[in-house]
Amino acid sequence: MRSTPRPATSRPATSRSATPGPAVPRLVVVLSALALAVAACGSGSEPTGASAAPGQSGFTPPKIEALQSLGTGEGQVNLVHWAGYVEDGSNDPKVDWVTPFEQATGCQVNSKVAGTSDEMVNLMKTGEYDAVSASGDASLRLIAGGDVAPVDTALIPNYADVFEGLKDKPWNSVNGVAYGVPHGRGANLLMWRTDVVKPAPDSWSVVFDPASPYKGKITAYDSPIYIADAAVYLMATKPDLGIKNPYALDDTQFQAAVDLLKQQRQIIGEYWSDYTKEVQAFKSGDSVAGTTWQVIANVAQADKTPVEVTLPKEGATGWSDTWMVAAGAKNPNCAYKWLDWIISPKANAQVAEYFGEAPSNAKSCEMTADPKHCETFHATDEEYFSKVWYWTTPIAQCLDGRTDVKCKDYAEWTRAWTEIKG
Amino acid sequence: MNTTANTTPPGPPPSAAPSAPRGGTTPAPGGPRRRLAAILHRRARLRLSLLLSAPMLWLGVAYLGALAALFVSALWRTDTFTGDLVRELTWANFRELLTTEVYRTIALRSVGVAAAVTLIDLVIAFPMAFAMAKLAPPRAQRWLVIAVLTPLWASYLVKAYAWRVLLSADGLLGWGYGLTATIITLSYLWLPYMILPIYAGLERLPNSLLEAAGDLGARGRRTFRTVVWPLTFPAVVAGSIFTFSLSLGDYITVKIVGGRSQLIGNVVYDNIGAANNLPFAAAVATVPVLIMLAYLAAVRRTGALENL
Amino acid sequence: MNLSRTARAMLWAALAGGLAVVYVPLLIVLLNSFNADRTFGWPPPGFTLRWWEAAWNSTGVREALWTSIQAALGATAIALVLGTMVAFALQRHSFFGRDAVSLLIILPIALPGIVTGIALNNAFRAVLEPFGLGLGMFTVIVGHATFCVVTVYNNVLARLRRTGSSLEEASADLGADVFTTFRLVTFPMIRSALLAGGLLAFALSFDEIIVTTFTAGAGVKTLPLWIFENLFRPNQAPVVNVVAAALIVLSVVPIYLAQRLSGGEAGPR
Repeated sequence: MRSTPRPATSRPATSRSATPGPAVPRLVVVLSALALAVAACGSGSEPTGASAAPGQSGFTPPKIEALQSLGTGEGQVNLVHWAGYVEDGSNDPKVDWVTPFEQATGCQVNSKVAGTSDEMVNLMKTGEYDAVSASGDASLRLIAGGDVAPVDTALIPNYADVFEGLKDKPWNSVNGVAYGVPHGRGANLLMWRTDVVKPAPDSWSVVFDPASPYKGKITAYDSPIYIADAAVYLMATKPDLGIKNPYALDDTQFQAAVDLLKQQRQIIGEYWSDYTKEVQAFKSGDSVAGTTWQVIANVAQADKTPVEVTLPKEGATGWSDTWMVAAGAKNPNCAYKWLDWIISPKANAQVAEYFGEAPSNAKSCEMTADPKHCETFHATDEEYFSKVWYWTTPIAQCLDGRTDVKCKDYAEWTRAWTEIKG
Repeated sequence: MNTTANTTPPGPPPSAAPSAPRGGTTPAPGGPRRRLAAILHRRARLRLSLLLSAPMLWLGVAYLGALAALFVSALWRTDTFTGDLVRELTWANFRELLTTEVYRTIALRSVGVAAAVTLIDLVIAFPMAFAMAKLAPPRAQRWLVIAVLTPLWASYLVKAYAWRVLLSADGLLGWGYGLTATIITLSYLWLPYMILPIYAGLERLPNSLLEAAGDLGARGRRTFRTVVWPLTFPAVVAGSIFTFSLSLGDYITVKIVGGRSQLIGNVVYDNIGAANNLPFAAAVATVPVLIMLAYLAAVRRTGALENL
Repeated sequence: MNLSRTARAMLWAALAGGLAVVYVPLLIVLLNSFNADRTFGWPPPGFTLRWWEAAWNSTGVREALWTSIQAALGATAIALVLGTMVAFALQRHSFFGRDAVSLLIILPIALPGIVTGIALNNAFRAVLEPFGLGLGMFTVIVGHATFCVVTVYNNVLARLRRTGSSLEEASADLGADVFTTFRLVTFPMIRSALLAGGLLAFALSFDEIIVTTFTAGAGVKTLPLWIFENLFRPNQAPVVNVVAAALIVLSVVPIYLAQRLSGGEAGPR
């Protein structure tokens, strides 16, 4: 893995390939602001970066120049982002990392929250916006569509402090050229009520076992992307299926995951998609075990709910978002300043804490209000994140590099999810 | 609305007005307006066309056009590579919709939920509306209408969450989540939409009619069956159109209290919001549309459509 | 009326019971706005005023509230004009296709919101994109007005039917022209119907979320959208309760005023 991306200008000149690239992934619903980040394979059971970026095979993005040098700010910058990423104190006066940015740079921030990756891509196509906090599915689409430019990370001083484990990933770089800066990351964990679920589980089997004693009180994430969680479990428990990447499932593998989930439905109490619903269900005891985000566990614990979380031995799915600059940005200098700001130790610490994820800047860990934030969210724990399969939009072309079979794309995942829920 | 100026199209120049007065036919000041008024008075057809023009452009052309465009797109498909629409006719979406069992199950479940909600609302709303319209003194009526209208202002989402709290295992009711919870919550949310038309219908029902029935010896139950119910039936149907259609299109309540169940609205939403598959979403959307059209056709004769 | 004592008692009980069912959840919303627990844990572990304080200080809430009011006012204004026009056309004229027109008015509210939502979304994007325009406040107003027309239409129609046209004919016979008759005779007759219809239209628009989701684009945040978004933000759920509780209390004012106004001049029965 290259640790320092080459300047964009030195990458091999390419024109848009005539052959279909890896495709424009379908959207992942992210009703919640909690972005479904996505990424092609990422780190997995294999050492990170070993399988050459599956998302990149045959993928040649349109030639767009990165900004050569940084000039003075244009006075404003227009951002498209997930809710909770650009807070100016209007929702909570104490949560504000935009005003200091405006004061420091003179760049007025105009922000638009996007509800889904699709909306993000559509908004970026209008040409009105300078930067976007893209999830993995959107990021690849934006790169392929020529909507975002490569980023010269040398112009972003704080980039040097970003965790190496987040740099040069298939969802933020193509052929070693960076297309953005990593915002943060998190994993979809297993949470359980300590007073009910005994002994403490260390495996997803507690949510997949049809004879579970917790029948009717199991919860699962309500999105087709959850099929990947079943695939992660099958990778460990049914090795003969040969699943190498939970987002690259051929017919047999996909059917196995769907069958597992149909069976799981019998013991599910409810599917969850929003934050408030999940915390409340665990608090009331309607749910006693299931997938969660670290931040949900924290809120539940703050309200004295007896819950614990773990990253089960089989591994888990997760997310990682990227700030990217529009190809035709009208305010490129302010956009670069924003990218630098959002990954600066202080701001990155604030956004990571507010949103509930691991920061991308290593120095942020000293700046968090909760001194243990990075520990709680395993920010520095590459070992931990090596077990995380970052959300990636499944496409017909198998992401694990197989060419002899076709994989199920996201439209089919969506249909299967409808069938699973019945 | 209280001036006529904004509805008056520019009239012809007042050429006649300044000309020499001739006998008693002097045009009054504001001649053009007056002439226009005279034209409008004489020509009912013109009046009608003017009245219908804007609403028809809006609903007949723009809205129906949008609906038509949507259903045409159900015959297209989405390119899985580019995510773009491919505009060539295919029945694949409808074939899949009709041949996959799960969609039938979901459609039937959704109709069942909508029917249950409508029935529950009717049973709760009718006596309430009756007491409001016929028993309460006129002064109290105004307050009762306010009491029924007020909940409409509390956010839909917040009310759904309040029911989530009530139904939760350790909540006040503790009945748990699922289809039943969905039906209860939807019934709650749409109840005012059932009460108001029925109340209006009962209010229109002259008391003298009820008294006459009584004088002729009819007891309460018989009066209800032969006088009250037939005369308020259109209002009931009007209310049911609200509750039925609102339930049929809902996808949020079921996410909040539905446990592991899903309705047809979720399928539409998942396909357009998540998968960006407009053609398939449009194909699924034809199902509730056809159901509603059938419902409207069935109730049209009752005169309900004029009682919404 | 000829109802037995038991029947009367039962009807009163039904009304009281119904209202209780309507208000208990609202009471819980109100209680939860003081609930110290961040996700409405029940029973409340304690009470606090901090959510009210947070809501008061939130400019996001105020902006969303203002956006909602603007959208609802816009939609209501359009609905008043269009609804009145159609009601007059249908009540005072008979013509071929009259039934079809009345069906058309009802269609937007009779079809599930998600259908109207995606149809309008699809159309707006096709029509507006070539002009470089996106979804915004304008599209929200258009979307809301589409299904609000029916409430005004129905109220005005009912009133016109009840009042008949004899007064207008008398006015015309006495020499008043169409506009004068409208101003002095027709409008006062339908004023309360307009108020009632307009109020319902406003309420419908104010709490609309499904059609809004599809017509609002990213920049326009109505109150329901703000609430929806904040259920996904850490620690914002109680603030949402405060907003709802405040709205319930505040909503009594416009409703009461409207009821008073319409009650004071109710048309002939």
